[in-house]
Amino acid sequence: MSSTSQNPLALVAELTHRCPLHCVYCSNPLELQSRSSELSTEEWSRVFQEADAAGVLQADFTGGEPLARPDIVDLVRNARAAGLYVSLITSGLPLDEVKLDLLVDAGLDHFQLSFQGAREATANDISGTKSHQQKLRVLQWLKRYRIGLTLNFVIHHRNIDELEGMLAIVEASSPGCVEFASVQYYGWGFANRDQLMPTREQLDRCVDLLDRAEERLRGKTRVVFVVPDYYAKYPKPCVGGWGRKLMLVQPNGDVLPCHAAQIIPGLAFENVKNRTLREIWDSSAAFQKFRGEAWMQEPCKSCDRRSQDFGGCRCQAMLLASDATATDPVCSLSPQRPKVDAILANLNKSASAGAGLASHAVDVPVKPSWLYRPNPA
Amino acid sequence: MSLDANSRPRLAPGCRMGENNNQRVLLMPERALRLNGPSLEIVSRCDGKNTVAQIVSELQVIYSKAQPQKVEEDILGYLQLLHDQRALDFEPGAP
Repeated sequence: MSSTSQNPLALVAELTHRCPLHCVYCSNPLELQSRSSELSTEEWSRVFQEADAAGVLQADFTGGEPLARPDIVDLVRNARAAGLYVSLITSGLPLDEVKLDLLVDAGLDHFQLSFQGAREATANDISGTKSHQQKLRVLQWLKRYRIGLTLNFVIHHRNIDELEGMLAIVEASSPGCVEFASVQYYGWGFANRDQLMPTREQLDRCVDLLDRAEERLRGKTRVVFVVPDYYAKYPKPCVGGWGRKLMLVQPNGDVLPCHAAQIIPGLAFENVKNRTLREIWDSSAAFQKFRGEAWMQEPCKSCDRRSQDFGGCRCQAMLLASDATATDPVCSLSPQRPKVDAILANLNKSASAGAGLASHAVDVPVKPSWLYRPNPA
Repeated sequence: MSLDANSRPRLAPGCRMGENNNQRVLLMPERALRLNGPSLEIVSRCDGKNTVAQIVSELQVIYSKAQPQKVEEDILGYLQLLHDQRALDFEPGAP
């Protein structure tokens, strides 16, 4: 088994699955964990120390909504004290000026604020709650502090036409980085896929706009675009390769190689209550499963790109090809690629039919029937 | 943008030096950069106090076997790259 000597570099700490938002593309698993199952402050703090000892540089605090943890300030302080760089990935919703001040004082390095759109109506519809105005307030408060700031716009069919408005928010707040992250189709995003996938026309316009924005914002804000990979020629190197860079700890302490790994049948996950992160990294069967190249099938096995993209995403292979060891079906070299093309063709066809209706002034707004992510107990 | 020799490079918000397993790193939002040799010498001087000109002349002393002009070009290129990656700001030099 190769690559086991490498250290993990990033710890994704899913502090809780509780969240005031109900985003229709949430990357959390469909089965959310309850508050009563969450690790304690002391358990998380031990995990941070173990992460640092294992070589981890950065901790991404996420959820659910990490601010839903009443001990969030202590967790930030303890992760910093353990030697980690701490990012807070948040909706900004359960936040006030006092709490923000405490977080910065505790050593928070980087604040990543998510947006669901540029227009309030869109954003509130996607998040299933009134959230947009609060985010704009948080942006104002953040101007007082010298900490890292990333704005994250999750984009898809329903809000991708608001890109100019999103860029206006970016230019007014000058963050170090903005991410335009296309929805990835797992969990809730997969369940709502047909209503979230952008059309090819939307995507082309988006790429063009962002190319120009990148040029305009050079030296001020780094522009990152995450493509909707169903439209890509080659797959993404998901999580930098399975068991190569990242460890994700769920609210209850289960340790996963990626966000969606639970959908792969037969994987058993270990828990931080029973073993150290280093032991789990080195010998957990789940982390070993797709390390190296021994598990690969053709065309990956003999492909020149296998050391760049590691065969793409195992969870996507599971979802689209019902085989976690298959080449990621979004890859143009995959024998399963016609399935993805069929999904896209169907979607683009119905979109152009819809546009035809609109041009004939038949003004019947089609309200999507979202499957909203609930808040766990 | 052309670099002002009197400006004072300073790590951008959210960027700081770190260390792990005896390896110095520049920690940035979502990213980290290993620092060795010249890159470590440069970044550790980006404290908002040293000017670009001072950094260049100090490095020319440390790397006295290299052509001074080549050292300067390399440093300016590296600072510009870090700036475009939003790891570095340039504080204006004294009037």
